[in-house]
Amino acid sequence: MSNFLNDKAVERLRMAGALPEFSGTRYILQEFLARGGMGIVYTAQDKTLNRRVAIKVLDSPDPHGALQERLLREARVLAKLEHPGIVPVHDAGTLPDGRVFYVMKFVEGSRVDQSVAGVSSLPERLRLFLRICETVSFAHSRGILHRDLKPANVMVGAFGEVLVMDWGLAKILQPGPAGHSEEIIDSTAPPPDTVTADTATQITSPTQYGMVMGTPGFMSPEQAQGKSSSLDARTDIFSLGKLLEVMVKPAKNSTAFRIPRVLRAICEKASAVSLTERYGSVSALAADISQYLDGMPVSAYRENLWERTQRFYVRYQAAILLITVYLLMRTLFVFFDRH
Amino acid sequence: MNKIVLGLLVGALLGAIDGGTAWFTPAVRPAIVGIIIGSTFKGLLAGVAAGIFARKVNSVPLGILFGLAVGFVLAFLVARLQHGYYFEIILLGSIVGMIMGYATQRYRTTPASATAAR
Repeated sequence: MSNFLNDKAVERLRMAGALPEFSGTRYILQEFLARGGMGIVYTAQDKTLNRRVAIKVLDSPDPHGALQERLLREARVLAKLEHPGIVPVHDAGTLPDGRVFYVMKFVEGSRVDQSVAGVSSLPERLRLFLRICETVSFAHSRGILHRDLKPANVMVGAFGEVLVMDWGLAKILQPGPAGHSEEIIDSTAPPPDTVTADTATQITSPTQYGMVMGTPGFMSPEQAQGKSSSLDARTDIFSLGKLLEVMVKPAKNSTAFRIPRVLRAICEKASAVSLTERYGSVSALAADISQYLDGMPVSAYRENLWERTQRFYVRYQAAILLITVYLLMRTLFVFFDRH
Repeated sequence: MNKIVLGLLVGALLGAIDGGTAWFTPAVRPAIVGIIIGSTFKGLLAGVAAGIFARKVNSVPLGILFGLAVGFVLAFLVARLQHGYYFEIILLGSIVGMIMGYATQRYRTTPASATAAR
């Protein structure tokens, strides 16, 4: 046997054997795309509409049903969020082996951190970030927290569209009696043994008090402590602050720009350890970024007189230059006229 | 306030100031009132033109360039009527036109409320 099949071939066969069976559905499985928190994403061909789609399938059968419920919940969350920054869901169903799946638009593009690496303009990077904020803010307005915002979960599409992906850890909120958020769907999910972390850096488990879900480096301290009941919009704001840090970081050996102090302050405020020191809403964070882009003062940074003068000069550079030239010329004309 | 009204006001103000600076040239001081009125009128015209342009084109460099062209043409006409001071009038009038072009481009009007989604 070993003469005919080497280790690589055996591995390929093993992987082929593990591929989900889509017979009886309208989809033809094509290739592996990515591994998510609890499922695997494949590309497939939709036979009816003759188009390429992406399918997320639970990576293994789930005897408890909790993961199935979570995947379906993710599909429902996505279906609820109709926004240009969120991948639309086309379909959902169950495979012959009992695994659930959902079908979404296939997005061609790159991760946001890879995408911004080729962008040397800081304002352009910030405008990209603002579009992420817009999407997250929209989700918050629908009572949904993402809880896993990180560069790997934000894609920049072929047409420049910014898409927030992987809502598998999303939490649906509803205002509680004391103004606290309350999870209404998955708080009672039992802890199955089949939870699979997608990478070495991601920790996933069902949402119960004390359980941790998110990605280290991007998840908020309260999320890392497993305080699922105390999570609110500020949890995503923390992750957005960390994401902003990544997005404005200049490429290695690049002299294109340095991260301005004001922008660093915005990152620090967004990802402050204390909840009360963070921005109260994503729109407040976005407003500060917009203010910065417009050369206006931001709430996260108190500038001194020199910095204020500098900002004023940069903002009105052309006007200051024109007025100075006018005054200079007028003075010269008066001078020459008199002599 | 829309861009045309802003152009009108800025044009009138800058025109009046530009005309008023002629007071520093003793030779034309006796005609200062006429110069100020003429310059204000010139500023009004240039300001309205810059305001209309700013409503159509959203670009600071193009706005400044347009202001330069309008300021130049109007200042040239004024200089021809004056039969002198060509260089002074045209140069300063052009710069004032550029300032108007800049101001009308930088000024942001409140966008009309979006009803397309309904």
